[in-house]
Amino acid sequence: MEYFLQQLINGLTLGSIYGLIAIGYTMVYGIIGMINFAHGDIFMIGAFVSLIVFLIVIGLGVTWIPLVLLIVLLVAMLVTSAYGWTVERLAYRPLRGSFRLAPLITAIGMSIFLQNYVQIAQGARVKSLPPVITGGYTLMEVDGFTVQISNIQIIIMIVTVVLMAIFAYIIARTPLGRAQRATEQDAVMASLLGINVDRTISLTFVIGAALASVAGLMFVLYYGVIDFYIGFIAGIKAFTAAVLGGIGSLPGAMLGGLIIGLIETFWSAYFSIEYKDVAAFSILAIVLIFLPSGLLGKPSVEKV
Amino acid sequence: MSSTDAGKQPAGRPILQVQGVDAFYGHIQALHGVSLDVHYGEIVTMIGANGAGKSTLMMTIFGHPRARNGRIIFDGWDITDEPTHHIARRGISLVPEGRRIFQRMTVLENLQLGAELAPDSHFDEDLAFVYSLFPVLQKRQNQRAGTLSGGEQQMLAIGRALMGKPRFLMLDEPSLGLAPLLVQQVFDALRQLNEEHNMTIFLVEQNAWHALRLAHRAYVLVNGRVTMSGTGKELLEKEEVRAAYLGGGH
Repeated sequence: MEYFLQQLINGLTLGSIYGLIAIGYTMVYGIIGMINFAHGDIFMIGAFVSLIVFLIVIGLGVTWIPLVLLIVLLVAMLVTSAYGWTVERLAYRPLRGSFRLAPLITAIGMSIFLQNYVQIAQGARVKSLPPVITGGYTLMEVDGFTVQISNIQIIIMIVTVVLMAIFAYIIARTPLGRAQRATEQDAVMASLLGINVDRTISLTFVIGAALASVAGLMFVLYYGVIDFYIGFIAGIKAFTAAVLGGIGSLPGAMLGGLIIGLIETFWSAYFSIEYKDVAAFSILAIVLIFLPSGLLGKPSVEKV
Repeated sequence: MSSTDAGKQPAGRPILQVQGVDAFYGHIQALHGVSLDVHYGEIVTMIGANGAGKSTLMMTIFGHPRARNGRIIFDGWDITDEPTHHIARRGISLVPEGRRIFQRMTVLENLQLGAELAPDSHFDEDLAFVYSLFPVLQKRQNQRAGTLSGGEQQMLAIGRALMGKPRFLMLDEPSLGLAPLLVQQVFDALRQLNEEHNMTIFLVEQNAWHALRLAHRAYVLVNGRVTMSGTGKELLEKEEVRAAYLGGGH
């Protein structure tokens, strides 16, 4: 039981990170019906920007960690959003209205480009950051086994919940959110009402990238090591999470992220760490056989 | 029909000028050199059979599809090549073919989307106005728009268009699929908008009888070409029009 609780905490932490990345996949799919395969690499960029800004801020002599993290968070969101915006502007917008596979191919190209770009600019070696946020709480102690939650885990979960709340509010209640949902349902009609559809799509990429950058920052703080390749694996997992939850559904993306994180963690804990990815993808396959549109997805007609 | 009295016809300057416009859907030419004018304060209708190009004309004014030749001028501005949302921001609203309401959003959200172009300070007032025209929308305001009946969806589409405070309202077959009583209600609302709020209205209709009685002036579109024009009254009396579009059914 104690072991189970401990793994639950670990799994929810990992799932939070996947969920934040998955939002970007599902939002972009919802609004333009394409899978942005470069999104995982946007997350990787977010992690690198976080690390670099962290070292710079520390180097400048700021030592109060909460302030450092706040600066890192804001700068990482800003810079990573700019990457997200640029990717859409350069690689996807010119192909809007072209055949369905074209943006998919440029997305894969963009993904490879971003990986190589970071590899060349930052080197292929693993980058590391010593633990910044340490300490934690012991929740219970039974027969010498302790259930602990570390401060970084608490922070990751709180940040995720807060971001999701803000994000859900934006989508449900603000003019931008309305414009996004309208564009998703009928882009031509949205433009007839004076909505700038291109701008709305750009902002969707910006929001997705901002959330991914936060995931990147938390990844750096939690694991302490990153390389140019982390975006690929995390991206595939988050994409899986989005499909599992029902692609196009925002709560689905978060739910899918948590489930993938939990499966991975529990599989590693109870069976074998080697097959954790197989487990995650197997669950995906099984769910899709019985629920083709995912857990919370609406059965929809193919978007053309 | 007091609104079609000759003395009431506004003789103002044109708000919309369509000049020799060609438009294509893929390789098929849908409009052939269409020209027409709508003046400030007028109700103008375009009648024509199914497939004559009426809806294409409406959408071409908004750049979907773009006019291949010719020019479209709104309020003195050449809007032929403007982005669709810019055209909308000049003060034109369209109630499009098929209504195109946002099915998965609430009635209120649809109306809020319509108000995108109007200043926020007017929202409550505009909403009250739309609800006064179509009280059923108020009762349904928190319902998903997709659950409304066809007639209610049509009212919502018109209400949404009005929320943008347009100077120029275009409607594509507002009577389509409506029960006769509702048709009357919709046309009464249009007349009221024109007379009391001085709104310029351009509508295309298959329901020629209603449309011609409402309109100050009218055009007839056949296979993508304007073949006839005149006051609503004149066209109502023309034998060709009666035979082709009134069908003696009314």
